[in-house]
Amino acid sequence: MSVSHENHDAGQGHSSRRGYLIGFGLSALLTAVPFYLVMTGVLSDAQTTAIAIIVLAFVQIVVHTLFFLHVNTRSEGGWTLMALMFSVVIIAIVICGSLWIMYHLNSNMMPMEPGSMPGM
Amino acid sequence: MTSETIAAGTEAEASPTFYLVEEEGHDHSGAGGTMLGFWIYLMTDALIFATLFATYGVLSTSYAGGPVPRQIFELPLVALNTALLLVSSITYGMAMIDMEAGHVRRTQIWLAVTALFGAGFLCIELYEFSTLIAEGATPQRSAFLSGFFTLVGTHGLHVAFGLMWIAVMLVQVGQRGLITENKRRLMCLGMFWHLLDVVWIGVFTFVYLLGVLR
Repeated sequence: MSVSHENHDAGQGHSSRRGYLIGFGLSALLTAVPFYLVMTGVLSDAQTTAIAIIVLAFVQIVVHTLFFLHVNTRSEGGWTLMALMFSVVIIAIVICGSLWIMYHLNSNMMPMEPGSMPGM
Repeated sequence: MTSETIAAGTEAEASPTFYLVEEEGHDHSGAGGTMLGFWIYLMTDALIFATLFATYGVLSTSYAGGPVPRQIFELPLVALNTALLLVSSITYGMAMIDMEAGHVRRTQIWLAVTALFGAGFLCIELYEFSTLIAEGATPQRSAFLSGFFTLVGTHGLHVAFGLMWIAVMLVQVGQRGLITENKRRLMCLGMFWHLLDVVWIGVFTFVYLLGVLR
């Protein structure tokens, strides 16, 4: 009985008040900085700002996954992490692949004069 | 045997029966397979959002002569919305901690607070949508706006269902307390709620902030 209770605590990503507060602090910071960067325009270069906020977003997603979703190598014997890794690969393929293909499709289409297409 | 020993005997029998039921079919936290299954569902939900993000990404500059992000997005409103959703994540975390400690009342209070923040988020989003539509920036106006309303609207719909789920759990916890089943449901709801916050990070970064920068 007591053994099952120990299992119960170790099995799930066990949450602690401290863990949530650290996650929240980091997350608040990682939210405030990109809004600050864009709303004040301190980095005069738009491209640098864009790269900075994208990097901050990815860091924030990792923070949420670790501190709020409690994904780690131990939860569900590692299967949670496995499912997550698989999904990340698929998501990356879907998003990057779509953008890549459609961008090239757009840039390979010659600009056309209205009426130059036969049969229009 | 006196009646007292019989009573003690049934009592001693009653509690192991309870634990057996709890252990049967549930590995830990009374939720072995369910938690992993729900996690896999959430991953498929993330895939839905991935396709919507990809669609929005492809269409995000197809303005069709209509409004561009810089003209229609109000960043202070988005910042407020983001803050509401972020705070609702930490209040849900507090509910989980009180749930693990077995405080029924405090769990309910934190759940209600989470629901209030979630409802605030949804109200602001609906206000934003109605303002946009009143300005003529409707989903029909351009491919950019279609993609925008689909992506952000789907997220908002998820939040709305999350709110319904919180309401159901408030009733369930009120009626039956923090039984094993309710704990399992609350943990699933927690993962759902936190995932919505993760999706929102993508929305505010790639839709709003990058949109205004463009």
